[in-house]
Amino acid sequence: MKRETAGELFVTFCKIGAFTFGGGYAMIPLIRREVVEEKKWLAEEEMFDLIAIAESTPGPLAINAATFVGSRVGGILGAFSATFGVVLPSFFIILLIAGILARVEHISLVQKAFRGIRAGVLVLIASALISLCRQLPRRVFTYLVLAAAFAAACLLQADSIVILVLCALCGILWKRLAEKRAEK
Amino acid sequence: MICLKLFWEFLKIGAFTFGGGYAMLPLMRQVVLAHQWTTESRIVDFIAVSESTPGPLAVNMSTYIGAETAGIFGALAATLGVVLPSFLIILLISGSYRKFQESGIVKAAMEGLRPAVVALIATALLSVADSVFDTGDLLSRANLSAVLAVFPAAFLCYKKRHPILIIAVSAVIGMIL
Repeated sequence: MKRETAGELFVTFCKIGAFTFGGGYAMIPLIRREVVEEKKWLAEEEMFDLIAIAESTPGPLAINAATFVGSRVGGILGAFSATFGVVLPSFFIILLIAGILARVEHISLVQKAFRGIRAGVLVLIASALISLCRQLPRRVFTYLVLAAAFAAACLLQADSIVILVLCALCGILWKRLAEKRAEK
Repeated sequence: MICLKLFWEFLKIGAFTFGGGYAMLPLMRQVVLAHQWTTESRIVDFIAVSESTPGPLAVNMSTYIGAETAGIFGALAATLGVVLPSFLIILLISGSYRKFQESGIVKAAMEGLRPAVVALIATALLSVADSVFDTGDLLSRANLSAVLAVFPAAFLCYKKRHPILIIAVSAVIGMIL
């Protein structure tokens, strides 16, 4: 890979990192425009692959997308440039804001504002929950896992990672059993 | 030492967040509260700041919590930790990603992971609600203003307005009440 490509990947993903608020799916249209239409690094159908992969691998979608595009275009160096680029703007912006907030948070008006903001964030979390719920397949198995995981998290206060691993294993086991039954 | 701890804990968060965005909230909450790095209502404030600044939510939250806990090196350690697992995994599969995508075992695991993520976020939502509302005195002034802030936010959310607008409106309501 040419050195210019690594630079281009860095700059493009810096732009994507600096101009998408909220991250996640909000980033898809911008990534598509830059990566498919402008730079032609990916074909349209590879963009769908990217979303599917980001959904079934752990980690923030933006990081998955940057690493994926970077590595397809320019191997390890490309992946590194793109990922570094997408993280850099938010890193410095947050550092700056954390510093400012530490200085103003004792002001009573700021505290009042945050009291309102917390109620707003509650709504944001609820709406994320509702949209994830809607995407769930309507199956008895899914609801059983949902109920069991909720009971484990809420009542038993089990570790989140343990719950995730056990539920993933349940999914694998369930598919195996379904396949065995289909064979008979 | 604390930086190492931050790196390790955020590495785990990065490795077990499926679905992005709010899916990392339950994991992050659990870790941060267990280590007493911050309080529940601070986490909610972090979410508001992370939603109103550019960049991925998980990265913003990690940088913020790292910075609060151990300054710039803490921010670096937490951010590096949360990014590293996805970076390595994607690098590993990007050559043969079609095989990965069609692999039955990945699909099967996702069948179990999706409802689990929903359950974990629901649990996190309950404890965030508990920190927003004062359950000791239901008719307190703080509860009243929180309820009054929830309705416009819910309306804007239903209208699919941008999270930044929702946060801004909630802030103004909080300042007035």
